[in-house]
Amino acid sequence: MNAHLPATHVAPDRGVAATILYLDDVTVSFDGFRALNKLSFYLVPGELRAVIGPNGAGKTTMMDVITGKTRPDSGQVYFGGKTDLTRLDEAAIANLGIGRKFQKPTVFETQSVDDNLRLALRDKRGVLGALLGRTTKEQAQRMDELLQIVGLGEARGALAGLLSHGQKQWLEIGMLLAQEPDLLLVDEPAAGMTDAETESTARLLREIAKDRSVVVVEHDMEFVRALEAKVTVLHEGSVLAEGSMEHVQSHPRVIEVYLGR
Amino acid sequence: MRASGPFLFRAMGDVGGTILVVVLLAAAILVPILNGLPSSSPFFLSNYVVSLFGKYLCFALLALSVDLVWGFSGILSLGHGAFFALGGYAMGMHMMREIGTRGVYGNALLPDFMVFLNWKELPWYWYGFDSFGFAVLMAVLVPGALAFVFGWFAFRSRVTGVYLSIITQALTFALMLAFFRNDFGFGGNNGLTDFKDILGYSLQAQSTRTTLFAASAIALALGYILCRFLVQSRFGRVLIAVRDAESRTRFLGYRVEHYKLFAFVVSAMLAGIAGALYVPQVGIINPREFAPANSIEIVIWVAVGGRGTLWGAALGAVLVNYAKTYFTGALPDAWLYMLGALFVGVTLFLPKGVGGTTQAVIAKLWHARTPKASVAQPQAGVAE
Repeated sequence: MNAHLPATHVAPDRGVAATILYLDDVTVSFDGFRALNKLSFYLVPGELRAVIGPNGAGKTTMMDVITGKTRPDSGQVYFGGKTDLTRLDEAAIANLGIGRKFQKPTVFETQSVDDNLRLALRDKRGVLGALLGRTTKEQAQRMDELLQIVGLGEARGALAGLLSHGQKQWLEIGMLLAQEPDLLLVDEPAAGMTDAETESTARLLREIAKDRSVVVVEHDMEFVRALEAKVTVLHEGSVLAEGSMEHVQSHPRVIEVYLGR
Repeated sequence: MRASGPFLFRAMGDVGGTILVVVLLAAAILVPILNGLPSSSPFFLSNYVVSLFGKYLCFALLALSVDLVWGFSGILSLGHGAFFALGGYAMGMHMMREIGTRGVYGNALLPDFMVFLNWKELPWYWYGFDSFGFAVLMAVLVPGALAFVFGWFAFRSRVTGVYLSIITQALTFALMLAFFRNDFGFGGNNGLTDFKDILGYSLQAQSTRTTLFAASAIALALGYILCRFLVQSRFGRVLIAVRDAESRTRFLGYRVEHYKLFAFVVSAMLAGIAGALYVPQVGIINPREFAPANSIEIVIWVAVGGRGTLWGAALGAVLVNYAKTYFTGALPDAWLYMLGALFVGVTLFLPKGVGGTTQAVIAKLWHARTPKASVAQPQAGVAE
């Protein structure tokens, strides 16, 4: 299968069923501009993948397609080898177990750190469940753990809007973890962070990737290197190269796209 | 975590709301007593004052309902007057039926305006309004059903912000035009009036007026407690999340449209109850209650009182309407300018309103003792 794909990019041996995320031949156009052009992208369970590419390469659009924000014009998007994501909306996809962290930290600024985490915590998402449900002991314990992990234990009562930029990023990662997703999509987690913060964020993501699949979109090469993950380079809406950091960095087309022109 | 336990216990943290509920319950008991005193007594409350404040309490309940959707879910409804008027019409229809043969034409079968229009039989949608219980049910269900249908389409299509506000205006305007028509069957231009009694008690009687006042006070107190319960639950946290970052909330797996719809329907039902209590106290309901300007005025009450505080919205409705009563008497030509200036002034200088500003002061004092997050406040400003 997939004979049309470039050699650097082949589906796992056992096909769709073995993937947690499967995008095949996905095209998205906005007013004639092809944000994604026959993009194919596969992720196996438990994998940590970095996606890099210049501005406009389609990184964010790819996230939008996976999370249901944008419907592809054509192509297939499957989660867990069997669920067709192109038929579902954002809420349904989130409830399937796909969490997303945005480029700009988006936490609920007028609510406390605690409330932010509580909203994200895996629980009934319906109106009645939210009206009548109580926080169980296990859930309270889980929140304590999460606050520990993202280092916001001291700030749990503070309004999220009052946190520093880096703290907001971590809170958002904590909220992602609270959702207990099988797949995490993380958009530029290191943007605007100090070196020390970048370092601990990379460590945090490596930790998280131990028991889930993670896709990280990032500009910062140092950060990507620190992730020690397989790298996919996007360019003009399709995959340009894929492999280890050393491999893609020595790839002539990648060098051309990033440095040449 | 927020303190769990019985609701009333949690409400203790809500100083403004607790005061509101206590004042309302006290008023519901004291006002009938004070009204019953001899008029020479210094504590005597005249009938005029009783029905004036009864009216204010209905407006306060209406303001509360708008605050639930605007303050907590970010839905700026400029058409809530429609739900209020529909509730009012439901009650008005019942009282029209209660007139019976005491109308000008003495027709037991038809209300006066239908006789005047030469109608021969009661339209089907007037069936059942002979029963008080049915009318009360309709005062809640009709606004609720309209809100459900309207909200279903609007929220599912993700109409938000100013666009939603505009279509809510269009909704109330369209209803006004419809109710103005004689053949719509609700009394046209003149609306419904000339009511005699409610549940057999004369509307002119002092005791009926004080009872209606007490009922309004209790309805407002219960409405407040309901809203407070809603916003304090995780449901309320989700609403605030929707207000502040709607698409983020979707990505957490919440069906935003369901949450908005629920809040919108509950709010419309509260507005309907307010209308049903209002009409017996003023003795008339006509299509001008649907006027778009009325709905905008409600939003001003909420802005003055403090968006997102609930009790502040109720307070704002009473304050602005008291000012309206006073100034339309003292300076009738200036009132609309004053109302406009008040809105601009509050938006510029007191963006949290009276309630929000008070709450912020209380929260500051509270924080000095316990480092705990206060109830979330919306961002300043009206246009969102």
